[in-house]
Amino acid sequence: MLKGQQSWIFKSRPTILASAAVGGPFEAKGALAEDFDILHKDIWLGQDSFEKAEKIILEHACERAIKKSGVKKEDIQFFISGDLMDQIISSSFTARTLGIPYFGIFGACSSSMEGLALAALMIESRAAKYVVAAAGSHNAAAEKQFRYPTEYGGQKPPTSQWTVTGAGAVVLGENGEGPKVTSATIGRVIDMGISDPYNMGGAMAPAAVDTLEAHFRDLNIDPSYYDLIATGDLGKVGHEVAKKLLFKDGIEMPLEIFKDCGLLIYKSDQPVFSGGSGCGCSATVTYGHLLNRMRRGELKKILIVATGALMSPLSYQQKESIPCIAHAVSIEM
Amino acid sequence: MGIFFWAFIIGGTICVIGQLIMDILKITPAHTTCTLVVIGAILAGFGLYDPLVKFAGAGASIPISSFGNALVKGALMDAKQTGFIGVFTGVFKVASAGISSAMVFGFIAAIIFKPKG
Repeated sequence: MLKGQQSWIFKSRPTILASAAVGGPFEAKGALAEDFDILHKDIWLGQDSFEKAEKIILEHACERAIKKSGVKKEDIQFFISGDLMDQIISSSFTARTLGIPYFGIFGACSSSMEGLALAALMIESRAAKYVVAAAGSHNAAAEKQFRYPTEYGGQKPPTSQWTVTGAGAVVLGENGEGPKVTSATIGRVIDMGISDPYNMGGAMAPAAVDTLEAHFRDLNIDPSYYDLIATGDLGKVGHEVAKKLLFKDGIEMPLEIFKDCGLLIYKSDQPVFSGGSGCGCSATVTYGHLLNRMRRGELKKILIVATGALMSPLSYQQKESIPCIAHAVSIEM
Repeated sequence: MGIFFWAFIIGGTICVIGQLIMDILKITPAHTTCTLVVIGAILAGFGLYDPLVKFAGAGASIPISSFGNALVKGALMDAKQTGFIGVFTGVFKVASAGISSAMVFGFIAAIIFKPKG
């Protein structure tokens, strides 16, 4: 049901029946290693390209989530997925493997929550009984596509971020035990004119703030309604910008509940510059770590604001600025 | 001992210039390298690079700007001997050792290691 300008309230409270997170070797050394279902030791995953490895990671996340949910694959109506590769091949090839009717979405790193919001809307409107939503990314594949191939050895400034090698998936259903998706706010595209692909966090922060403010306004609630509000992958630089923008706009954001998935996933001694990023960042942290904490009863109400930078390698080469977006989804126990 | 000192200062300065070009102008590493090659070529055209090599030794001959110097030096040398056509035949004469070794060692490395990422 539409609420306010750009938010949906899900009265039927679609249930996250199961979720899964899959990561790579760098994530295995990170701060949230225990919350991953599968951790791969090899960045290649035995494949001969990083793109193929990314597809395998996404497949593993989906298959594990479906298995954990106990729902039969043929009973699932739709699969919604996004990733960072050209023409979202990882998602489409995973859909080929799964054989579930498929919506491919592209919201860059916001794809995780874009997918979850649409999946919840389908359940809410009774367009589906079960939906799988997923998103994934691969560090080396993303570096190759958006920046330089890793072996080229180009220098990175401190504002740059580390793309997460990982994928997260959820199985959403009408009824059952588990965390409930209660609302979603769909973001506008915000472009503040930043064109540096090594400062995505700074570019995306205004989009995250815009969506957060829209969420609080549409639902007529305060940030303190939530136990935790996590942005997707703003990193140190972007998260600071977001805090300042919220403060400037008079939003009273309790700093102890305001987190960023890109800052949660790695340990402080890992060389990730400003923090983690990528579709897999918000997907693995939310579908692994945060949902686990909800199931343990440590968190009751959370809001995830997945942020995405909607540029392409071509638009960057043509010196276009980076349009950014953020989608917020609230999950409650 | 003096040459070591100046090699350090001049070589370091060229690298600092490269780093500043990359950080301030926000251009790619490849563009930065090309810029240094062009600067070296221009200095060679005015006959300024060889004195720099004499003064700072490896400090001036190791950085990529020395490649620009080698290209122009070769072109000028052949131009003196054979005229206009020498500009074209001479460009790679001095630099050929560098270019050929890059190809050969690149080839060997590609055979031993996986050359794609």
